[in-house]
Amino acid sequence: MSFRSAVITFPGSNCDRDMADALEKVSGTAPHRVWHGDADLPSGLDFIALPGGFSYGDYLRSGAMAARSPVMQSVVAAANRGVPVLGVCNGFQVLTESGLLPGALLRNACITFVCREVGLRVENSQSLFTAGYAQGQEIVIPVAHHDGNYFADDATLDRLEGDGRVAFRYTEEVNGSARQIAGVLNASGNVLGMMPHPERMIEPEQGGTDGRALFESAVKGLVGA
Amino acid sequence: MKVRVFVSLKNGVLDPQGRAIHHAIEGLGIHGIKDVRAGKMIELEVDESVSDAQLEEMASKLLANMVIENYRIERVQA
Repeated sequence: MSFRSAVITFPGSNCDRDMADALEKVSGTAPHRVWHGDADLPSGLDFIALPGGFSYGDYLRSGAMAARSPVMQSVVAAANRGVPVLGVCNGFQVLTESGLLPGALLRNACITFVCREVGLRVENSQSLFTAGYAQGQEIVIPVAHHDGNYFADDATLDRLEGDGRVAFRYTEEVNGSARQIAGVLNASGNVLGMMPHPERMIEPEQGGTDGRALFESAVKGLVGA
Repeated sequence: MKVRVFVSLKNGVLDPQGRAIHHAIEGLGIHGIKDVRAGKMIELEVDESVSDAQLEEMASKLLANMVIENYRIERVQA
């Protein structure tokens, strides 16, 4: 059974090809490429990915414009029906701006753009996206962002932690994120937003393969091994 | 009619940009500035028919992210 996925491209997305490549390499099926102005998604999708980049030039706030684009209305509806959605970097910002995930991503506390490999700890290995990792496993994935400083009020952070919705945490100081949170799940567990780029760690030629298990987990969980 | 929407970070939300500006001010040799918070101002030219409720909706749904920001709307008489 083939894996029907879609990668959404906004004006200014720049990791959409990497994301599509990762999905194709892991699942064996090329994803549909969907443009931001498309009102409708392909039918019967198993998986939707929002890639990194600088959608709409980060005007107003990172992800703010993309969150209100025509295609995002369809993505929100699909997510609410239970279709898995992965947002990486700018995709994470779009997910918080669209209300699919709580909190917001502020300017890095250090002010500078951070572009390097960072350590992450898998805080919840039970989700669709993380089942291929061991609980507490430490992995190395690159980040490349200016606005990755995760913020939410204390009550929200406590709720996220209590419900196992913190998927990944930095093992080092990266950007000032509250409680070093690097990736969060929605309440149903079908939406994951994360600042680090797992699609850049799929093959040894990329310097490591620690991101591969994320895509493998999703493919296996959705269409079987 | 001109409308100005002022968007600012909520209290308690870290403002690295404001902090950098603060440092730069001190670099000018001006001391006594206690804190700097940076925000944005969005100026709109609107028809008289645009209601306060519509301005509020626009500000709260798009111009400001209510998780981290507050806004204030000012109608400027010509």
